[in-house]
Amino acid sequence: MKLLLLVLLAIAAMPAAAALKVFATVPEWGALAREIGGDRVQVFTATTALQDAHHVDARPSLIARARSADLLIATGADLEVGWLPVVQRESGNPRIQSGQPGYFEAAQHVRLLDVPARLDRADGDVHAAGNPHIQTDPRNVLAVGEGLAARMAQLDPANAAAYRSGHAAFAERWRTQIKRWEAQAAPLKGVAVVSQHKAWPYLYDWLGMREVAALEPKPGVEPSLAHLALVRDQAATSRPRMVIRAAYNSARPAEWFAKEAKVPAVVLPFTVGAPEAADLTALFDTTVQRLLKGLGT
Amino acid sequence: MRSTSLIVLAACGALASIPASAADADLNALREEIAQMKQAYEQRIKALESRLEKAETTVVKAEASATQAQASARQAGARPAPANAFNPEISLILQGRYKDMKEVPERTITGFWPAAGHDHGGGAGEANQRGFSLDHSELAFGANIDPWWRGQLMLGVRDDEVEVEEAWVQTLGIGHGIGLKGGRVRSGIGYLNEQHPHAWDFSDAPLMYTVMFGEHASYAQDGVQLKWVAPTETFIELGAEFGRGAEFPGTDRNKNGSNNGAIFAHVGGDLDASNNWRAGVSYLRTRARDREARFEDVGGLEAQGVFDGDSRTWLADFVWKWAPEGNAKYQNFKLQGEWFQRKEKGTLDCLDEDAVGNACDPLAVGASVLSDYKTRQSGWYLQGVYQFTPNWRAGVRYDRLDSGDRDFGINAANLVVDSYHPSRSSVMADYSWSEFSRLRLQYAHDKSMQGITDNQVTLQYIMSLGAHGAHKF
Repeated sequence: MKLLLLVLLAIAAMPAAAALKVFATVPEWGALAREIGGDRVQVFTATTALQDAHHVDARPSLIARARSADLLIATGADLEVGWLPVVQRESGNPRIQSGQPGYFEAAQHVRLLDVPARLDRADGDVHAAGNPHIQTDPRNVLAVGEGLAARMAQLDPANAAAYRSGHAAFAERWRTQIKRWEAQAAPLKGVAVVSQHKAWPYLYDWLGMREVAALEPKPGVEPSLAHLALVRDQAATSRPRMVIRAAYNSARPAEWFAKEAKVPAVVLPFTVGAPEAADLTALFDTTVQRLLKGLGT
Repeated sequence: MRSTSLIVLAACGALASIPASAADADLNALREEIAQMKQAYEQRIKALESRLEKAETTVVKAEASATQAQASARQAGARPAPANAFNPEISLILQGRYKDMKEVPERTITGFWPAAGHDHGGGAGEANQRGFSLDHSELAFGANIDPWWRGQLMLGVRDDEVEVEEAWVQTLGIGHGIGLKGGRVRSGIGYLNEQHPHAWDFSDAPLMYTVMFGEHASYAQDGVQLKWVAPTETFIELGAEFGRGAEFPGTDRNKNGSNNGAIFAHVGGDLDASNNWRAGVSYLRTRARDREARFEDVGGLEAQGVFDGDSRTWLADFVWKWAPEGNAKYQNFKLQGEWFQRKEKGTLDCLDEDAVGNACDPLAVGASVLSDYKTRQSGWYLQGVYQFTPNWRAGVRYDRLDSGDRDFGINAANLVVDSYHPSRSSVMADYSWSEFSRLRLQYAHDKSMQGITDNQVTLQYIMSLGAHGAHKF
């Protein structure tokens, strides 16, 4: 009991931290918060680019970090449904509960694609709200950034002006970059591709690419040999130019298909923190470069 | 429209280049007229073109706003209708199995107080059913109640019985890392205690949980749980519970105030991206009154023992999870172990309820013998489960208990006091089609009953339907 009192006293005596404490479920939103907030925010990212944010444990360290967070940035659309609710509830932190200003859901700020017409798990691990992998389109990053800057300003009014100007500078830079990427990616328009997991509808929507098949028979179901062979046979008519997987996906299905269909296997970073994707700009630089390389231009 | 204006233009051009064969004046007048005509046409063409351009822009704009309208309509449509949008999340667990094992009339774990009381065991519990059987089905409801509270109900459904396994409300709004739960709550002691059977890595609970808490292999009670998470980067959680304490090893005592208390501390963290861990110690203290169990007297006759007294249990637990770069989808390993020690102290009344004339009542007149009762018992298990593809897992587990010191006072002369080390080795392999379905095959070499070696084979399915559940670490 004495020890507990001592601990409590020690905590009470701690100076209030100046920075806005951000808990980001995935690296892209952590990076975005840093772009907007600079050194006014202290960002913790729950997952890395080599992890599948859908299959993460509610590990003790996440509960410990969520306990002190001022702002929780999630993707939403059920991406984190298997672990985030436990982290929120166990954290004992009312600020980051759903519905509170300290809970920010990126998917609320963009138009979601692949919204299922019917909800049935017979269709695999479908997400009722739509495909949650919104960060593969830089225009979505822009839209989320706008909402996020407003939320950060609301939570930390003392630094509101700094967040607004941080966001303005980022948005201006980002718009120029989007134009640059779009110009570079012009040859990708109309290109047919095969994806390992249906993780890229936003990227394809942005660059005008066409997904002719997925290696996973259903979302979240690992590719089987039978299904792989089917996709390979279809490739004779659909003629994809490359097969695309994320850095965290298993390499084998994409490599098998690449060899069989004689197309390059392209590994895209998917999010910040993957090799050659140290920040948001590098993420799209690398994405566009690798796609162009896959095309052979 | 454009092609028409081009034809007109071409015609004008042709006219303008007619060879000069007429009189010069006429020709000049004609030329002027044509030039004027040409100019007029060009002006009209230009006007038409700009109108066309405007019209086209409007169309593009209209298309864009149509797309936007469609998008917002789709987003609006994606949301469920308001009437049922507030329905709780519902999930349903279906479990069943085939079990091949020895026929043992009364399955107990030798050397330990049977938590099932004085039932005759055998076919009573699910765990003891041979052949095909349905495990209880679980039905869970949960939702936020308002910005301050969340509620959850877990029902266990089986033949002739719907059991409230858990029913609690939890605060969301206190802050400072404090969490408060009230209702029927699975205790936060140990590691496995909060997990429902569908989340277990084996088809049955470790022996130590069975001897500690009986068939449910979990300590739950009607009461209050208070938890506090420290504001540190390393996970530190302290908790305390008070409540009715009606479950084994306590008994329902129908009294005011609290009948028991539990405290626990958990710490955990990440060693690196690939390695995470959690460890804890817990203490449970409860009281029992008239806790009854069947015994065997020194002459092999049946006797009943009734315990009054104090029960204290210490638990230590740890779990370590590994996944390459923290990506558990393709490959991961989980090592988990727990240890317990239980001390009970009080009195033991030896009865002869069936008037068989046992050692405590040799004349079968309803006599009984009251003695001191003091035990110190312990046990542990260690298990490892390796997922080596997205679908397949394999695991091994070793259970061992120690019946320890059992001091029955003067009743030691009347009752058989077993001294034994029950043990069990289990191996399992399971296949998951998705995160919602699993089929498991398990083999256990069970020596939990003295003198019996039971080789058990279990084939079990676990399926979850409905809302996507979120599990603890």
